[in-house]
Amino acid sequence: MSEVYDPLEIAPRADLAALQLDRLRWTVSQAARSTYYAALFAALKLGPDSIASPDDLRRIPFTEKQHLRETYPFGLLAVPKDEVVRMHHSSGTTGMATAVFHTMRDVDHWADLVARCLYMVGVRRGDVFQNMMTYGLFTGGLGLHYGAEKLGCFIIPTGAGNSHRQIEFMRIFSTTFIHIIPSYALALLGVFEETGVDPKGLSLKLAVGGAEPYSEGMRERLQKSWGIPFYNCYGLSEMQGPGVAFECPAQHGLHLWEDSYLVEIIDPDTGEPKPDGEEGELVLTSLTREAMPLLRFRTRDLTSIIPEPCPCGRTHRRLSRIQGRSDDMFIVRGVNIFPLQIERVLMSMPEVGRNYLIVVDREGYVDRLTVRVELTPDAFQGELAQLRTLQEKIARALREEILVNPRVELVEPGSIPHQEGKAVRVIDERT
Amino acid sequence: MIEQLAVFSENKPGRLERITRVLAEAHVNIRAFHVASLGEMGIIKIVVDRTEDAYRALSAHGTVRKMPVVAVRVTDRPGALHTVAAVLAQAGINIENVSGFGISRSEAILILEVSDVPGAERILSASEFTTLDEGEFAAVVG
Repeated sequence: MSEVYDPLEIAPRADLAALQLDRLRWTVSQAARSTYYAALFAALKLGPDSIASPDDLRRIPFTEKQHLRETYPFGLLAVPKDEVVRMHHSSGTTGMATAVFHTMRDVDHWADLVARCLYMVGVRRGDVFQNMMTYGLFTGGLGLHYGAEKLGCFIIPTGAGNSHRQIEFMRIFSTTFIHIIPSYALALLGVFEETGVDPKGLSLKLAVGGAEPYSEGMRERLQKSWGIPFYNCYGLSEMQGPGVAFECPAQHGLHLWEDSYLVEIIDPDTGEPKPDGEEGELVLTSLTREAMPLLRFRTRDLTSIIPEPCPCGRTHRRLSRIQGRSDDMFIVRGVNIFPLQIERVLMSMPEVGRNYLIVVDREGYVDRLTVRVELTPDAFQGELAQLRTLQEKIARALREEILVNPRVELVEPGSIPHQEGKAVRVIDERT
Repeated sequence: MIEQLAVFSENKPGRLERITRVLAEAHVNIRAFHVASLGEMGIIKIVVDRTEDAYRALSAHGTVRKMPVVAVRVTDRPGALHTVAAVLAQAGINIENVSGFGISRSEAILILEVSDVPGAERILSASEFTTLDEGEFAAVVG
């Protein structure tokens, strides 16, 4: 039996269920303090006692990302603004952005959940933590930071990038664990080779991989090359950020903290529930969030619940590895991107047509995003300099919207194949 | 001045084949040809004997622009290009691109892409060079 950070991790299922019920009732009444849910409950004629059990929850329609965008910025805020101590925010501009708010208690509980996750895989006071995840509006950086701080780790808040320096720090400060996006961990292998440093010779004992999905094959390759286990972390900013679910040392599924989240797996087309063990879309209801509780939020992540109890002894059920999305969102270097964001930028530029293709591949170790777009015949003036300027203008506009630097390829009109039915806008060639 | 055609193209195999095929099928003869590439894309600049026919044919198959260039008739001997360049440099006119071809054993045509076409023609004519218009060019090369 593993050591646990919080005895709740091994609470009997019946106790967990009772706790969930209490917290669900509280969450529903808390949510009713937001304009969006207040209106929704009024329309459905739901009163404060209407939701008495998880089954009753199904009377509430799903909450989708679109609702966050439409009620931006404060439609889902459930506390007075002066109780908000933190905000996190997605990329994107008008119509595509989402903001998520936290009270002091939200931040503290988030930190506790992350501490629980890290403790589970062996992190202890005195561990040296190099947080190589972007800080700022993304939840990845600060999320792990606060959790590791709870455990008394020595934190080096490098954020991402500056690879040579990252490696230097690992050497000088004897970093024992890192938080990193898997594609960056892959890219760093190239830098290790280049500088002649062997990652296995450093003081590292584990890595936490997050912000983007990656295959089991890639994880094995990383573990082999780095010489340490890579533990998967799952989260989404709407539910707090990282630490919603996390692997235990068994590395077979991610324990989702059921004292803090109610899990549903649904058929993405019909909305009907799927039994444990079957793949469907993950729907989450927060149970402790004060500033912005969300009920039945469709994550668009496809996964399944692993029905068997885990050998580690924790009673919170595990999610299987995320298999994909039920929408067209894709992730490059840890950043969520919707093709619609790219499309809107291109539509605002008369020099390019609406026909475009997004290609994501990997060059050596590094993820690469290319946007191929057709030049409008009228926009061609016969000079390379003008084409170059246009290319740069498009890349800059895209970068401002999606926060990743894309390569832009201008192609001849008509050269991107037109498609019947639903256009395939993204070709992802990474494995 | 005469007109040059600029064709937008991706820098990949088959593009040149396609463009030259279109011109061949339109019975157009190429006088000057220049490829400028920038990574995945490029521009092919062509001076032909029948500009309108070429423009029509290429427009049907791709993206093409007409652009004015200066055609200068020179004696085909060492220093000819240098003299032209010196005149333009004196006048502060930049040469973006230049190509040339012989039209007889003693004469040649220079095709100049410049920053100021009317200015270049004025200054070259004043320096006793012969600049050609479309008609004159066609007569010389046709």
